[in-house]
Amino acid sequence: MNLRRLPLTREISLAVLVYLYVPVVVLIVYSFNANRTATVWSETSLDWYRKILVNPSIRDATWNSLVLATAAGIGATLLALAAALGMKSRFRGKGLVEAVLNAPLILPEIVVAVATLMLFVAIGIDMGLTAMIPAHIAFCIPFAYLPIRARLQGMNPSLEEAAQDLYANRFVTFRRVTLPLLWPGIMAGFTLAFVTSLDDFLTSFFLSGPGSTTLPVYIFSAIRAGITPEINAISTVMLIVSVALVVTSFLLGKMRR
Amino acid sequence: MTTTPSAITVQSVSKSFGRGDAAVRVLQDVSVEIGAREFFTLLGPSGCGKTTLLRLIAGFEDLDSGAILIEGARIDHLAPFQRPVNTVFQSYALFPHLTVAQNVAFALEMQNLSAAEVRRRAGEALEMVRMGAFASRKPSELSGGQQQRVALARALAPRPKVLLLDEPLSALDLKLRKEMQIELKQLQTEAGITFVFVTHDQEEALTLSDRIAVMQGGRILQLDTPRAIYERPAHRFVADFIGEINLLDGQVSGPGKVRLDCGAEIAAPADQAAGARVTVAIRPERASLAQGGALPAEVTHAAYLGTATILQLRLANGAPFLLRAATANLPEIGAHVTLSLPPEALQVFAA
Ligand SMILES: Nc1ncnc2c1ncn2[C@@H]1O[C@H](COP(=O)(O)OP(=O)(O)O)[C@@H](O)[C@H]1O
Ligand SMILES: [Mg+2]
Repeated sequence: MNLRRLPLTREISLAVLVYLYVPVVVLIVYSFNANRTATVWSETSLDWYRKILVNPSIRDATWNSLVLATAAGIGATLLALAAALGMKSRFRGKGLVEAVLNAPLILPEIVVAVATLMLFVAIGIDMGLTAMIPAHIAFCIPFAYLPIRARLQGMNPSLEEAAQDLYANRFVTFRRVTLPLLWPGIMAGFTLAFVTSLDDFLTSFFLSGPGSTTLPVYIFSAIRAGITPEINAISTVMLIVSVALVVTSFLLGKMRR
Repeated sequence: MTTTPSAITVQSVSKSFGRGDAAVRVLQDVSVEIGAREFFTLLGPSGCGKTTLLRLIAGFEDLDSGAILIEGARIDHLAPFQRPVNTVFQSYALFPHLTVAQNVAFALEMQNLSAAEVRRRAGEALEMVRMGAFASRKPSELSGGQQQRVALARALAPRPKVLLLDEPLSALDLKLRKEMQIELKQLQTEAGITFVFVTHDQEEALTLSDRIAVMQGGRILQLDTPRAIYERPAHRFVADFIGEINLLDGQVSGPGKVRLDCGAEIAAPADQAAGARVTVAIRPERASLAQGGALPAEVTHAAYLGTATILQLRLANGAPFLLRAATANLPEIGAHVTLSLPPEALQVFAA
């Protein structure tokens, strides 16, 4: 059956798209609004972008977010890569390990955040980036793991055997065959982990200390003082950075094939 | 006999997959000696253990028991990259991220040859399979037959002592397969390398091989030249698997006599005791139409092949019989005829 022939398919699709993207479009449009009141349009201006550039709190929060997302992305991707390679072999309890790896996807984040906070307090770890980085790595692992695992499963197992057959030892096989073939998956995994960390509010909110405020935490506290076009501008920048990352990683993955 | 050791010796090799109750014996006490520069074929139906034996020689699986030697030296404890054998995989397994030239150079680079030497020998290997013009392409830009050639060049480039080929032609269409068969045979002769070739295609095995091991259920049933396997199959299974053959069930009725289930009594080289159930086998081209022959039959169908005609016949008990006859003086469909079965063309297997 051809779905396109069904009545109203176009109209419903359009309505869903509008429903999904109208808020984002409104946010972007109002970030170029000169008026102080975020919801009243006066004229086009880049003032708010200039303001966020010179605001030291925003600069610090951006820097913190980028450091955190980079560390979480790299850490989660390395662990996910090791996990995916380990999951190639058969062993007892493999299904359980797989479930544990993906648990952060379904566990309520607030519970994990509170639990982490209590643990860190109990063992005397100071709040701040040192607390946030391991916590972010933990919940980013499944986002990095899934694309790498998918890539590995789609790989012809004969390729690694062929490399060994052609006199490459395990290490050389990994470097010259496995790694290049997994690369698009690794890039996709890193990007997803990076974006997930960048966007995280709950865990960061619970674990941030003085001077380690991230962008989402900053936006949350700023919004309590009222919605300003500044927030629209920051959000737009975050949106552009995330989308640009995902698109770049997608294109890089395409190019390598 | 010469004193040079065999290229490959497989000694009492057994292999199971799985553990405990779920264990499946895939190879049972397999022994083979393969000579230097021999074109040796493992032939058998799907699932009989051909690939497993090849993977044991290449080192991708561990032996349960037995030993594997190359030129007299044990290799079964070595990792795949330490063994002087190369494999042509059924799926070709060309590295998709490397060009054709890089694929072929892969093993040469592992051997620490100079860059110039690597380039020269990769080029040579590609020329050998007439793929020199495609050196800078990616595997995905090649046809199946071209990928097959590159896989061959890649495996031959480091000049292994033994080349293992796992159904290398099975993905090609018939015409290309016939062409590649000839090329493979030429390559093997020119390169002077021992080939261990796996196929389930009996015609391919008969055409190419110096010797064939016919496998079934993890055992080698018969190991001989193509001609001997075709003309003197040692088992009913081998007779049935290789080429067309008529298998007639019956009972030994006296010394050198078998009464077939269709009622006819024929002279056959049976050494079983009287009363034993046996199967008598004869190739379609070895029987003939003859007045007064021992085996009555009715013609049911005729297929004209140009040089010959294949007649389908029905025996008195309804059993089918195939006969390859010269095209002159053919009986009509429905005609009742008698067949002569020369005793020297018959083989008798215990049922
Ligand atoms: N890794 C494996 N695990 C379990 N069973 C296997 C494995 N490899 C092969 N087998 C089984 O061993 C038998 C022989 O397989 P194989 O050697 O591939 O046969 P062939 O190449 O002759 O078709 C088959 O029944 C197959 O299912
Ligand atoms: Mg096979």
